[in-house]
Amino acid sequence: MSSDTKKALFGPVIDNNPIALQVLGVCSALAVTSSMANALVMTLAVMVVTAFSNFFISVIRNQIPSSVRIIVQMAIIASLVIVVDQVLKAFSYQLSKELSVFIGLIITNCIVMGRAEAFAMKEKPGISFIDGLGNGLGYGAVLMVVAFFRELFGFGTIFGMEVFQLVQNGGWYQGNGLLVLPFSSFFIIGLIIWAIRQWKPEQVEKD
Amino acid sequence: MSKTKKTETVAGTLIFVLIICLVCAALVSVAAVGLKPLQTANKLLDKQTKILEASNLLAVALKPENIKVAGSEDKSIVSTYEKYVVAKMIDLDSGAIIDGDVNAFDERKAARDVTQSIKPKNDMAGINRRANSAVVYLVKNEQGQLNTIVLPILGMGLWDLMYGFVGLEADLNTVSSVVYSDLKETPGLGAEVLNPRWKALWPGKKMFNEQGDIAIKIVKGGAKQGDIHGVDALSGATLTSNGVEHTLHFWLGAEGYGPFISKFKDGGLD
Repeated sequence: MSSDTKKALFGPVIDNNPIALQVLGVCSALAVTSSMANALVMTLAVMVVTAFSNFFISVIRNQIPSSVRIIVQMAIIASLVIVVDQVLKAFSYQLSKELSVFIGLIITNCIVMGRAEAFAMKEKPGISFIDGLGNGLGYGAVLMVVAFFRELFGFGTIFGMEVFQLVQNGGWYQGNGLLVLPFSSFFIIGLIIWAIRQWKPEQVEKD
Repeated sequence: MSKTKKTETVAGTLIFVLIICLVCAALVSVAAVGLKPLQTANKLLDKQTKILEASNLLAVALKPENIKVAGSEDKSIVSTYEKYVVAKMIDLDSGAIIDGDVNAFDERKAARDVTQSIKPKNDMAGINRRANSAVVYLVKNEQGQLNTIVLPILGMGLWDLMYGFVGLEADLNTVSSVVYSDLKETPGLGAEVLNPRWKALWPGKKMFNEQGDIAIKIVKGGAKQGDIHGVDALSGATLTSNGVEHTLHFWLGAEGYGPFISKFKDGGLD
């Protein structure tokens, strides 16, 4: 793997994380992180959409008229999102029932648009595809960490498997009601951003 | 931008956009049409699973020996459903069984159609419009006798309408289960209506008192020992709990399955 590919694929996980550094896609990161299974499916969906939208946009980047480029990008992204939603409904009905609203909202996820505009419009299809995958990975990494804490301390489970037995199921653990609610992700994402910037001070914005 | 693109002219732009639209539309149509059969099957399976759960037959369908016979979990659910469950369309106002395609009937679509629905006078469940007909599920036992009747219900929770099924034993009074299939309640609070521990509180409760009035209630702070009409409320989810109570009161009442239930008790079903 060349260093460019590596950078495009793994760079967004820590060094240039779409949520932690660019602070994009936070809305859906709040919504789908109540369980790790949901977060994983959402991650895969965003990876697929970002990678393929980057790819197709990059293929036609030299033909897209600049006056309508955003609309063209949106049309491609929206089509891909509908396809992903349809595939989920056909092959994973239970998850699609829980996630359907948020899958539709991938269209408005700034990460997808952001990568299309910032990367795919300038670079070749192959590397754009990798960049899409990488940003999906970076998004997913944050989602999984947030979902881990929310599911473990909110519901006492990991991927639906019981770790702490809840009081309402006859155990000892009182689920944290705050972590059950979406806005608790703000705190966790904030702490993640703080931790990453502590480790990599170059990410701190200058006043 | 150094070199000018061919597509930068007005005509070029229009043609480009047209092509993109056609390609995208084709992609979306192929996906939607191609995957439709699978999606319909999934939807049906989901519904059948819930109906079996509401009539306590899901455990039968998921017995290892039955799964082995049927070939897979899904197939076992379908075959169990076909063996025990008969769907009937009823007219809610008269309570009579009517002809109708039970598979094609869509409650949500009917409730949106003003010619096929009414505005309830006492809309305690907050459903806004109620379809004129409903599909009820008669569940038989091994001997072919009626064992459970599963009635679809819906009503407002905290955030949105909650859809589900209530299973009644053949006396149409004793609860066999309350199963929600589709809701948007808060996870960990209102969504605890899906918790098996809460669902386990329902079997054996009586919907009606001796006078024949609806008596089922959700009790905040916990129902008293031996209270045959009371079910513990969910802690931290008062509005969802109220929603469940109102939903049951509406659907068992005069504007819900009330006429059907009294007709049935008089023996006027067949």
